[in-house]
Amino acid sequence: MLGSGILKGLAVTAKNFVGSYHNPARMVTQEYPDVQPQLPANYRNFPFLVTENATDPMGTMRCVACQICEKECPPQCIYIEKSKDKKPDANGKLQLYPAVFDIDTAVCMSCQLCVEVCPFDAIKMDHVFAIAATNRFSGLLLNREELAKPNTYFHEIRPDEAAEVDGRLAAERAAAEEKAKAAAAAKATAATATKPATGGAAAP
Amino acid sequence: MNLETLPLQLRNAIVDLFPPALQWFVHHLLTITVILTVFGLFFAFTTIAERKLLARLQNRLGPNRAGLPWFPKLKLWGITQPFADAIKAITKEDIVPAAADKVLHFLAPVLIVAFSLLGFAVLPFGRNLIPVELDAALLYFFAAGAATELAIFMAGWGSRNKYSLLAAMRALAQLISYELPLILSVVPVVMVCGTLSTKAIAAAQGGWTFGLLPHWHVFTPWGFAAFIIFLIATLAESNRSPFDLPEAESELIAGHLTEYSGFKYALFFMAEYFGLTALSGLGVTLFLGGWQAPCEFLQFIPSYLWFMIKLVGMIVFFIWVRGTLLRLRIDQLTRLSWKFLVPLALLNLGNGAFWALTPDWTGPLVLARWAISAAIVVVPFVLLGRRLTAGQAPRSYRYA
Repeated sequence: MLGSGILKGLAVTAKNFVGSYHNPARMVTQEYPDVQPQLPANYRNFPFLVTENATDPMGTMRCVACQICEKECPPQCIYIEKSKDKKPDANGKLQLYPAVFDIDTAVCMSCQLCVEVCPFDAIKMDHVFAIAATNRFSGLLLNREELAKPNTYFHEIRPDEAAEVDGRLAAERAAAEEKAKAAAAAKATAATATKPATGGAAAP
Repeated sequence: MNLETLPLQLRNAIVDLFPPALQWFVHHLLTITVILTVFGLFFAFTTIAERKLLARLQNRLGPNRAGLPWFPKLKLWGITQPFADAIKAITKEDIVPAAADKVLHFLAPVLIVAFSLLGFAVLPFGRNLIPVELDAALLYFFAAGAATELAIFMAGWGSRNKYSLLAAMRALAQLISYELPLILSVVPVVMVCGTLSTKAIAAAQGGWTFGLLPHWHVFTPWGFAAFIIFLIATLAESNRSPFDLPEAESELIAGHLTEYSGFKYALFFMAEYFGLTALSGLGVTLFLGGWQAPCEFLQFIPSYLWFMIKLVGMIVFFIWVRGTLLRLRIDQLTRLSWKFLVPLALLNLGNGAFWALTPDWTGPLVLARWAISAAIVVVPFVLLGRRLTAGQAPRSYRYA
């Protein structure tokens, strides 16, 4: 009959009204500043740079200033200057490091391509979304001190991915040590093998 | 201390402080001040109640942040929100378009509030509480209410903006379309009561069967039909959802309010709520027994409180409807009025006449009286409903 649809609609909203007072599952609103949101692990916002420890962030950065992310970044919001000297990286190998690493968050589009292309697991996506600045140019341009965050933080926001990365890096490190040992051993055997020869040559 | 006559005693006490020559003036000034204060606050709390209720009807929380300025911890469920809104509206820049007709653009919000407040003058808020006793109160009420259409068109014309003008024309089409069923739905009440005075109409609905069943007009077949038509027409008259076409954001920005900002916008908003409150008050007076208590033993509650309880009930119902129904299209809107409400209201006029002619039917004839009256309402409703929805429902959506 005419009007029955209206009555049905009124019943639906009346149910919403009553239900909203005793059924918390109906209420999807999160009262944000009071209740912090539970972000899913794969939530992404802006990139940050992973450092091995928190006490010396600039000395233990994983980034080796290879500039792949800078070249790959679609909106070109990354700016890197290579260092003049070299520092040992996590594997003990001497590497360059970024003397300047800037990300303009006003330009960044959170595409995560820098993370995809980084061969050193040095850049990852952050969970911080509440960023605000009083100056829209300098305030939103993050330098490497602001971008560097320790690996423990990475474990906090994305435990699964961080554990996987740590495992892989540890394996690489072990393999590198194996290789170094093998190389050292080979060097040693080569040295012992060549010693008599040279000695022999010198003896006569 | 008699609660029922307390407002009158207070008024007389204040009026007696003045010399006799000034007393009539103070008397009316006091009435106006009280109405402005009470319904100004009522408007403020209607806005917050509307936002809260709408939110709950849609499983949201609604505004709950505004507390008191010096106690940021005290949130008070956000009930001080309207005062924050008022301060915001007052401190905003008042922009007048360069091409606008300055006089009309300024006059429209002033006049619309003035016209929408006029209706309160004839509402009987309590047994003895009526600002102005007029014999032709209903005529006065609808004349004052119809004047708001002029102010809406002034706003649309004075803004010199195509959206404003289109919306004002829509608003006029809507208001004129629904003025007819609104007034036709009221005429049976006038016929049965034999008076145009709102005070007499409210008094005519006194009395109870067995002390429990009130003799309100809404509990008669013709009164029920008239009340439903009145409700629908009230929604349309006060530009409320589902008849809020003049302010359809998706089509007309904000309609005739497009070029208004700051306090002038707030005045339009206020006028809309005043109009709704006044029409709801009229509906309470004509159909819901006015200030009469619903049961005999509940008469210890003062009559003006009963009026306010019923008024709040009507407003809550309107908010509920707003949270439920979708906006109509302009052709659907006018069709609903001219093809459905006006014929039903005209038939209901005959129904009211039948009821007015048969008050002396007794015994089994009482049942016949009710049956005939109900049939005059239900049969045309069903037939007209079937005929009008024949090609319309169920709808198929080609692009959805």
